[in-house]
Amino acid sequence: MSEPTTHTTGTTRVKRGMADMLKGGVIMDVVTPDQAKIAEDAGAVAVMALERVPADIRAQGGVSRMSDPDMIDGIIEAVSIPVMAKARIGHFVEAQVLQSLGVDYVDESEVLTPADYANHIDKWAFTVPFVCGATNLGEALRRITEGAAMIRSKGEAGTGDVSNAVTHMRTIRAEIRRLQGLAEDELYVAAKELQAPYELVKEVAGAGRLPVVLFTAGGIATPADAAMMMQLGAEGVFVGSGIFKSGNPAERAAAIVKATTFYDDPDTLAQVSRGLGEAMVGINVDDIPVPHRLAERGW
Amino acid sequence: MTTATDERARTTAPGAPEARGERPLVGVLAVQGDVREHLAALELAGARTRTVRRPAELTDLDGLVVPGGESTTIDRLSRLFGLHEPLRARIADGLPVFGSCAGMIQLADRILDGHAEQQTFGGIDMTVRRNAFGRQVDSFESDLHVEGVEDEGRTFRAVFIRAPRVEDHGPGVEVLARVDDAVVAVRQGNLLATSFHPEVTDDHRVHELFVRMCAAARVADAR
Repeated sequence: MSEPTTHTTGTTRVKRGMADMLKGGVIMDVVTPDQAKIAEDAGAVAVMALERVPADIRAQGGVSRMSDPDMIDGIIEAVSIPVMAKARIGHFVEAQVLQSLGVDYVDESEVLTPADYANHIDKWAFTVPFVCGATNLGEALRRITEGAAMIRSKGEAGTGDVSNAVTHMRTIRAEIRRLQGLAEDELYVAAKELQAPYELVKEVAGAGRLPVVLFTAGGIATPADAAMMMQLGAEGVFVGSGIFKSGNPAERAAAIVKATTFYDDPDTLAQVSRGLGEAMVGINVDDIPVPHRLAERGW
Repeated sequence: MTTATDERARTTAPGAPEARGERPLVGVLAVQGDVREHLAALELAGARTRTVRRPAELTDLDGLVVPGGESTTIDRLSRLFGLHEPLRARIADGLPVFGSCAGMIQLADRILDGHAEQQTFGGIDMTVRRNAFGRQVDSFESDLHVEGVEDEGRTFRAVFIRAPRVEDHGPGVEVLARVDDAVVAVRQGNLLATSFHPEVTDDHRVHELFVRMCAAARVADAR
């Protein structure tokens, strides 16, 4: 296709705007085209294509990498909604491959085994937008500095235990509120403490929110989990193992979508929480030794 | 292209005293999508606003925005929560509605490359193709002219994100903007639709046009 000279692709506005369009929605992990169709039919705003959901990565161990391009192609073919895929932290060539495949968003994800223990990917170098995980405000701002166009609180993937998602979302929101209360001349030290650029810290202090969309992830397994995260300030929800590791994926997926829209309406939440069968079994985050916690990856 | 409706609308500047002495009340369909950006743009364009997730919230509206988002999700949730039929009835009754991107898809009488079970609110006699410009890596910004907005000669920075385009349309549909050969903004009566997202820029002229349409429709109703 010939590119008319007036078209500018890959701008910050186009990348961050794409995430704006996902707000109030649910992004679901899928490992097959059939699962992708179930997710789309249930009302997902996008799917995350990967070879193993985090619960299986955790159970099976080993090095976890970008998915097979054939598998990603199959999912892109199966659905009309946006398709995201994961690259290892710092693995810019996996990201180059994913961009070449035409995925709509790259997740530089701690769920996969990191490829670089010092540097994240320079995300400005890409046309495709990136989402990155964060456990606190400083981490979120460092990812945005590197070019992330969307942030998700990390939680602890593959557990079905929402407690870390709550901790990370509360931390990010509380740190933003703290910045709002600081005097202008105190923001220099705040930037030093957050290990983030002063200009970005000042922008967040003024706006009272990140300059990009903030989703939640890592341990969401029920409609009530999703709604609680929305009430805590998430602008949308990633659900990983919680759907396809449960007893009735189609019903649970649809229920989590409804709960995300009506997150502040307990009557609707009660109604959609009925008759969903078994939730994923889950693991308590406290029972996982610290070195095996995925949220510790990334810095 | 200037219609009689435009002229009448222009006599009612945003925020000016009108039939009922207040600014038009414009809803934003809030089942999913970039609701906050539309609410902010509408307020700056002189409207009062309300989010709409339930049929009762359609009551008393002078206009409605169907935001950008994922059209299959907006369609599914609108039907599940009983908004689809009441909204179709309000559109048939002349309610001004503006749709951007996914909202344009939902205002089309016919769609291409939709989900098998996807239904639209309809109202504009056009066929719209989803994701017509390609995937996210093809999303782009472009300067274009939009007819009917203030200061028409000044270009509008249009942001296209996995955007739809109008493939064909009936004689009652006015084309307001094109990018290359593609039709990307249209109006039919009280319905306005854009492939692009005026809500994510600081240029609020499209929202101002829509708020004038809402004010004009209310004045017409009061007569």
